[in-house]
Amino acid sequence: MSEKLDITLNINGRDYPIRVEARKTLVDAIRDECGQTGTHIGCEHGVCGACTIILDDEAVRSCLMFAVQAVGKRIRTIEGLADGDNLHPLQRAFMEHHGLQCGFCTPGFLMLATNVLEKRPDIDDEELIDVLASNLCRCTGYQNIIKAVRAAAQEMRGK
Amino acid sequence: MKPPPFHYHDPRTVADAVSLLARLDNAKLLAGGQSLMPMLNMRFVLPDHVIDLNRVDGLSYIREREGALEIGAMTRQRELEFSDVVRTRCPLMHEAILQVGHRQTRNRGTIGGSLCHLDPAAELVSGAAALDATVTVAGPNGTREIAFADFPVAYMTPAIEPQEILTAVRLPIWPQGHGYAFIEFSRRHGDFAIVSAAALLEPDAGGKIARASVTLGGMGQGPVRGREVEQGLLGQAPGDDLFRELCESCRAIEAVDDIHASAGYRQHLAAVLARRALTKAASRLGAAGRPH
Repeated sequence: MSEKLDITLNINGRDYPIRVEARKTLVDAIRDECGQTGTHIGCEHGVCGACTIILDDEAVRSCLMFAVQAVGKRIRTIEGLADGDNLHPLQRAFMEHHGLQCGFCTPGFLMLATNVLEKRPDIDDEELIDVLASNLCRCTGYQNIIKAVRAAAQEMRGK
Repeated sequence: MKPPPFHYHDPRTVADAVSLLARLDNAKLLAGGQSLMPMLNMRFVLPDHVIDLNRVDGLSYIREREGALEIGAMTRQRELEFSDVVRTRCPLMHEAILQVGHRQTRNRGTIGGSLCHLDPAAELVSGAAALDATVTVAGPNGTREIAFADFPVAYMTPAIEPQEILTAVRLPIWPQGHGYAFIEFSRRHGDFAIVSAAALLEPDAGGKIARASVTLGGMGQGPVRGREVEQGLLGQAPGDDLFRELCESCRAIEAVDDIHASAGYRQHLAAVLARRALTKAASRLGAAGRPH
């Protein structure tokens, strides 16, 4: 039952051929097998949102999927957000508006916000707060995260 | 924690999935995974085999046919959320879906998975009960239909045989101009409801109530229809006093005590939320069914 499967994950445009048990969650495979440790593991049961990634253009919780289920899909993680040394507007906004403190939840928030702003650049405040409510942050009290995402949204819309 | 070891199967057809179920002992079907994965991670379930339905063809669709919406079991909750036909033809389900979990979980979670998981507080379960849905299941001897009223047989236990798979759900469409509302009380937005209330009202030509559906979720083993309220509404003109008086009967609905709320508190919520849902549904009479 602990047989291993040969699969390939495509993360941020790069293929990672790996060998995993079927029970390996996607987040564990991304971190342990592919070495992309920017995606964090919080609760491991779909409550905290720390492990949020973008899978084929949809934000999902990578602790609630098996790695084998992501074969043939495009995975985007925090490592793919910046363009070389140029931070993504959301990353800059999180710095400027103090949208993080310890940083543990930040990759999840950034991938969630990236996905939302790419799909809904004109998202209104009410919907934005509704979307961000899915992730937990124990440091900031959320207000600065909301400010940061709003600021990035403005910048991404070209003011 | 991490999921326990299991053998993984990813069939491409319903027939293959059914034959795997027939052949394998202690197998579990994996749909969107938003309930099963946490249960695996916490080792509440220990299957020897997991049969993944995510690569099975033909289980994801929303179509209108013969006065109902037919929805494939593997249709993601997000497809329902953004579906024009669901919003205009079955606005109760649209309102319910907005209260299911969060954006990320709706991106994976499916309608069939939620109905089979059958959490007594789940919005889709209550919505299906409110609408008198019918589910289709496929098994070794072909398909059969189950009225949703007969679907829950015990706590989180649907009336599906071990070798069967839920393939579709049929939601009857209420006529244009009906009133609808789905509201719930939970400690935080996105949490499971402590109690939810769904209401549907259909007026006759004179504005009196010709048909009514009132459903409470989260009370106990499964969704409960407020039959006394429904009966009392027939032939009456909608109004707050009427709703308030009738909904008092919801305090007598059996409820569970748990860490989230006492039975008495749930019964109080049932009466209050049923009234609010009816008031909201009444305020929408004449509007439902039109694009907004």
